[in-house]
Amino acid sequence: MAATTERIPHVIPRSDAYHENKLLSWLSVVDHKRIAQLYLMAGLLFFLTGGIEAFIMRLQLAHPNGHVVSAVLFNQLFTMHGTTMIFLAIMPMLIGFVNAVLPLQIGARDVAYPRLNALSFWLFLAGGLLLNSSWFLGGAPNAGWFNYVPISNPPYSPGLGVDFYDIGLQIAGIGTLMTGINFLVTLVNLRAPGMRLMRLPMFAWTVLVTMVLILFAFPPLTVTLFLQTFERLFGAQFFSVAAGGNPLLWSNMFWIFGHPEVYILILPAFGIISEVVPVFSRKPLFGYTSMVLATLAIGFLSFMVWVHHMFTLGYGPFVNSIFALTSMMIAIPTGVKVFNWLATMWGGQIRFTTSMLWAIGFLFCFVLGGMSGVMLAIAPADLQYNNSYFVVAHFHYVLIGGTLFALFAGIYYWFPKMTGRMLSERLGKWNFWLTLIGFNITFFPMHFLGLMGMPRRIYTYAPGNGFTFWNEVSTFGVFILAAGILFFLVNLVTSLQRGEKAANDPWDARSLEWSISSPAPPYNFAKIPLVRGADPFWLEKMHGNGHMLPAPGQEHHHGPPNTVHMPRPTMIPLIIAVALLILGYGFIYHALVVEIVGFMVLAVGLHRSMFTPDPGEYVPIEEEPAEEVGADG
Amino acid sequence: MANPAVTASQTGPEVVAALEPVDNAVLGLWIWLSAEAVFFASLIGTYLLMRTHTNHGLTPKQVFDLPVTLVGTLTLLASSMTFAIGYAQLRAGRLARFRSWLIVTVILGLGFLSFQAFEFTGDYKRGLTLSSSPFGSAFFTLTGFHGMHVAFGVFWLLSLLVYSFRPAFKTEGVTKAQVAGLYWHFVDVVWVVIFSVVYLLGKVG
Ligand code: HEM
Ligand SMILES: [Cu+2]
Repeated sequence: MAATTERIPHVIPRSDAYHENKLLSWLSVVDHKRIAQLYLMAGLLFFLTGGIEAFIMRLQLAHPNGHVVSAVLFNQLFTMHGTTMIFLAIMPMLIGFVNAVLPLQIGARDVAYPRLNALSFWLFLAGGLLLNSSWFLGGAPNAGWFNYVPISNPPYSPGLGVDFYDIGLQIAGIGTLMTGINFLVTLVNLRAPGMRLMRLPMFAWTVLVTMVLILFAFPPLTVTLFLQTFERLFGAQFFSVAAGGNPLLWSNMFWIFGHPEVYILILPAFGIISEVVPVFSRKPLFGYTSMVLATLAIGFLSFMVWVHHMFTLGYGPFVNSIFALTSMMIAIPTGVKVFNWLATMWGGQIRFTTSMLWAIGFLFCFVLGGMSGVMLAIAPADLQYNNSYFVVAHFHYVLIGGTLFALFAGIYYWFPKMTGRMLSERLGKWNFWLTLIGFNITFFPMHFLGLMGMPRRIYTYAPGNGFTFWNEVSTFGVFILAAGILFFLVNLVTSLQRGEKAANDPWDARSLEWSISSPAPPYNFAKIPLVRGADPFWLEKMHGNGHMLPAPGQEHHHGPPNTVHMPRPTMIPLIIAVALLILGYGFIYHALVVEIVGFMVLAVGLHRSMFTPDPGEYVPIEEEPAEEVGADG
Repeated sequence: MANPAVTASQTGPEVVAALEPVDNAVLGLWIWLSAEAVFFASLIGTYLLMRTHTNHGLTPKQVFDLPVTLVGTLTLLASSMTFAIGYAQLRAGRLARFRSWLIVTVILGLGFLSFQAFEFTGDYKRGLTLSSSPFGSAFFTLTGFHGMHVAFGVFWLLSLLVYSFRPAFKTEGVTKAQVAGLYWHFVDVVWVVIFSVVYLLGKVG
């Protein structure tokens, strides 16, 4: 945090070791753009892990009486697949985009707490590694991604798997909570002059609401994970019926977190689509104010619907009806958004770039998922759908067809700004079409399977059940889907090495991040820009000289001229995360010595982080590459 | 820059742009505390659900000892007051007095923790444990987490005390103390809720 003038010598040498040694520079990273890359890479690795798990499950289900894996392993696979995809793949990749883009979009040089930002990443990684280490330490958790009691209680899940689940998610969850706090402060305090709330890019708005959801949804998860940890490790009696505990406590706490969580996963995706569609339609976003209101409404409603995951748990018609209605109400603001995107495209000069294709694919698939959502929200009908493949179809349409497609739209759109190179459009089209087709072949038949009565989470079925054909189709689709993802990986690797060099503003875009060089310099903005209206960069291209004007009265550090005072790299966040990792293993294995070591490392790390001022360092301003701005993309 | 006070103090890394009506640290702490409020609300909700589930064992009425709890409560409330006095001294530039009041606050915080240790050992002796009943589980989890927050607060205040001997404290001490104080008062307020919902209600209902 801020240090005093007297204590900062005029010129602080840059912390060289942390800059020159490549490994050290990543371990001590505080720059939001590089943290973004870490999030995206780690998220991608977890995504591939979860994808392999899914692939094995589809192989097992391809034919009746399959013998690819055992029932026990199958349970571990679907549990780890869901948990990994939601907590370790999709959410971190979204947070990666938030890190990469948000500070640029609001004209800031970093986030409010750069060290805390690094801590968030390391905690996510520590939690993810701890959870996945269970594969090698006696078996992965196997009670489903929502880990219902009593199945997850000691008598029915005697191994250590569920402990890895509880503690792994706990560690990662704390990191996510920190992200929420960090970006809220960033959004309130670090906006460039003139960047009023109603001028924020739509992506920034969705991030704002997402972070509020994180802030209020994660504490119940934290608590209920603790309750279960205590029950399993120390013999507490919250859930076990024999002693008078209540299993519904877990279900409610989990879904009070869980439903907002699915909106944490979709709102930033809405934001990405809201950036991509206007740029490639050459029109401002239609109905900006209604978009903002819809985002707020969705955020608000998402806390009022959790019982729709528990229609079959016996709360009765009155409670179920109320939650059915609130659930269906979410379709209204969501519909507003969909029509606004359509209206933005209407009459626009649409460019069918890969990014735009993903956005259009998103519109189709996400709407399908929304419609099956409304079907599920009809409480009496849900008694039929619940726990069937119909639910599986629903959430894959919203999570893949929705969030993942939006992530792809985002990566094709922002890759130039993040890396300075373009992704190949040719490979991109392959990536898009194969994924789109494969996805629909894989998941559309699950609607039929569900309606025919196939339960989810069964490891096999009999030939006479009538499920064979659509299961075969579904597994066939996975191969196409996997080929699509493979094209993306090839595109990523080749473009990183020899992709076309990116211009500063390759898409002729509208928001601030495109007004600086590609890739963005370490300090983002040599001069903090003055925001004179919504779509600020577009405004300057249309009505100004094509460059952002510097905001008056912004530079006041005492360092050498032509430098920017930036946070200094530090290892403290990594140390704290390692401490929690040690503590986590200590608790799982009841190893007192390990726990004490963990606590000591934690205390040292916390103390240092609270009371070691960050003197920062002066980063020289790079020469602006002379380039014509506003070049038609 | 609208706020001259902020400009003057702003010599840290300039990740900061323009509008900074509230100090980053203070704003962040408020936001964190709102998450903490949800955290305790979840624990209190759990307790309310479980407080009658005594597994044929000890009930709240049997275990709670109001006079003792009242002493603990007053100790903690007093610690909030002593911190507030110390903070006022700091703002008035009287560093030495601030330190003394800080030490008093720490001692009172430790006093509260001893009360809790005393209470917990008594409960365990009587047979109310984390695993004796859902009531016991919820009681120890809720009050235990609160106690851990107090302990963390004591650690924080001690760190502040050590830090107050560094030169940097002259300029940023007030903010650091303000942030620590916000946390300390929050933990206090949570205890007031726990005292009412757990102990008073336990004696009545
Ligand atoms: C119009 C909006 C939506 C409605 C009305 C809706 C409704 C529902 C209902 C009623 C269920 C429970 C079905 C059951 O278990 O029987 C469900 C499950 C689910 N929904 Fe949605 N949904 C909507 C949008 C979304 C979105 C946007 C996402 C995430 C991006 C999402 C993710 C999920 C997930 C992950 C599950 C399954 C949880 C599980 O059982 O494993 N939903 N939805
Ligand atoms: Cu839901």
